[in-house]
Amino acid sequence: MNNYAIHAEGLVKHFGDTKALDGIDIAVPEGSVLGVLGPNGAGKTTAVRILATLLQPDAGHATIAGHDLATDPDGVRRSIGLTGQYASVDEQLTGRENLVLVARLLDLTRASAAQRAEELLEQFGLTEAADRRTRTYSGGMRRRLDLAASLVGRPQVIYLDEPTTGLDPSKRDDMWNVVRSLTDQGTTVLMTTQYLDEADALADSIAVIDNGLVIAEGTPEELKRIVGGRSLQVRPTHERDFADVTALLTNITGRPVEQPAKGLLAVPVTDGSALTEVVAGLGQRGIAVTELALKLPDLDEVFFTLTGKPAPADDATDELELVP
Amino acid sequence: MSTATAAPQLTPSASDYETASWFPWLRHALVLAGRSIKKMMRHPEQFFDVTLQPALFLLIFVYVLGGAIAGNTHDYLQFVLPGIMIQTVLFSTMSIGVNLNTDIKEGVFDRFRALPIPRSAPLVGATIAECLRYAITITVSLVFGFIIGYRPTTSVLSVLTAALLVLVFAWCLCWIAIWLGMIAREAGSVQGFAFLALFPLTFGSSMFASADTMPGWLEAFVKVNPVTHLTDAVRGLLTGGPVAHDAFIALGTAGIILAIFAPLAVRAYRRKA
Repeated sequence: MNNYAIHAEGLVKHFGDTKALDGIDIAVPEGSVLGVLGPNGAGKTTAVRILATLLQPDAGHATIAGHDLATDPDGVRRSIGLTGQYASVDEQLTGRENLVLVARLLDLTRASAAQRAEELLEQFGLTEAADRRTRTYSGGMRRRLDLAASLVGRPQVIYLDEPTTGLDPSKRDDMWNVVRSLTDQGTTVLMTTQYLDEADALADSIAVIDNGLVIAEGTPEELKRIVGGRSLQVRPTHERDFADVTALLTNITGRPVEQPAKGLLAVPVTDGSALTEVVAGLGQRGIAVTELALKLPDLDEVFFTLTGKPAPADDATDELELVP
Repeated sequence: MSTATAAPQLTPSASDYETASWFPWLRHALVLAGRSIKKMMRHPEQFFDVTLQPALFLLIFVYVLGGAIAGNTHDYLQFVLPGIMIQTVLFSTMSIGVNLNTDIKEGVFDRFRALPIPRSAPLVGATIAECLRYAITITVSLVFGFIIGYRPTTSVLSVLTAALLVLVFAWCLCWIAIWLGMIAREAGSVQGFAFLALFPLTFGSSMFASADTMPGWLEAFVKVNPVTHLTDAVRGLLTGGPVAHDAFIALGTAGIILAIFAPLAVRAYRRKA
């Protein structure tokens, strides 16, 4: 008996000539969060759709919460919740009707379906909007409703496919808190994302996939060691302070200062302690800054480090018409 | 907007769940039919064709053509009403293909697919909801016909049986439309084609004139056309005459259509992941 909530081996999926998955192994221990990191078209969505029984793999096998994907798909469906990139809610129905519908399809009685819907509406801050059609919801509300719908059956495993893509930063924080509270309750989460900082903030381990293959995996710390540390970025308010700030950064870190964007100065750092020194230094000199941040490498840099080539810009593969 | 927090993973008790005392497949289909009906009610314009068309066709056929075909409008009304009713219902069966095709593109079908319900449940649910539209057409035909002078000469039970016969036939036929809607990339063009195929099937039947007034080659086609048998059976149920043989052939044909196209439609839907 293993303790993996999700255990997949050698998943392969082709769409015509396109190889979406080329033999992926995924193992997620119970109660942990796996972040699947990759650019558009890497195969993230295909992998999630296979693990959610929406697609059948051409090869390979998987067990979800102990249920075999191929032989017991209903067992898998009873154990999972899926929140896709595109909210899977019915736009013509109200928020409440959507949740009741899912609850009824999960065999809850009328009374307990209504009660469960009420609970979830409250927990996701949707009580006021409950009886409005979801067509009128904002993007953030729709995501929350979508996630609520995934939780109706209290699943052991949750798939979140790019849960924050297209959300503004405050809604993104909301979503992160939701993910954290899920894991606090022992739910296993598989989350795809294009953002390293998101995977870093939420995941216990990260699998980086590209062209249908896992090209790196490990804890966020291990991954960051591979792709290099963070960079400290400062944007001085006044152009006249550029020289001073550059000198300060060089002094503290002993590394050459780059200018990744107009008005922005950046220097690689190995840990967070440089930040404190920089803040102190700026204070002593009375230099005003509009931005000061410790940045993780972004996906492009991760990919450049791992593959030696930039992340593909094309975003077509995940949205291919999936017709055999 | 308040910060969202996740649901506590309470253990649900057994009493929260439906006991499996009745067929879960049918219950899932009915729940999904409820969803489709809710959506229909929110777009009442969907009912325009099924309510206005039978009334309009009755007026046109009875008052424009009736005198010329049957000598007087009342006799023709007594003859043509079952035909108009059936034609309108059969034409309205074609719209489900396009509607489902549009519906499936909505994300909510991904959720249905990831739930532990039979894959066919969303399709069956949609067809059950469609039956509401057919029932409206049948009712409007009969009520409007009654207003302008149509009189069934049999019993209430016979009239209800006639309505049920049309409903069952239409329900079986709509699986062709679903299948076409599932396999077509452009559902609209397929609907146009299906419409075209329905013209010879409806006009080339005993709906508007009796077969023995037609040239031999056409008479031969009309007599094997299952729509003729359906029309004759309904006519018999409403205004008297033999029923059993025609009803048997109509239902048999409907059963064969269902047996072929329902599995095809479900298979095409599964593949349309």
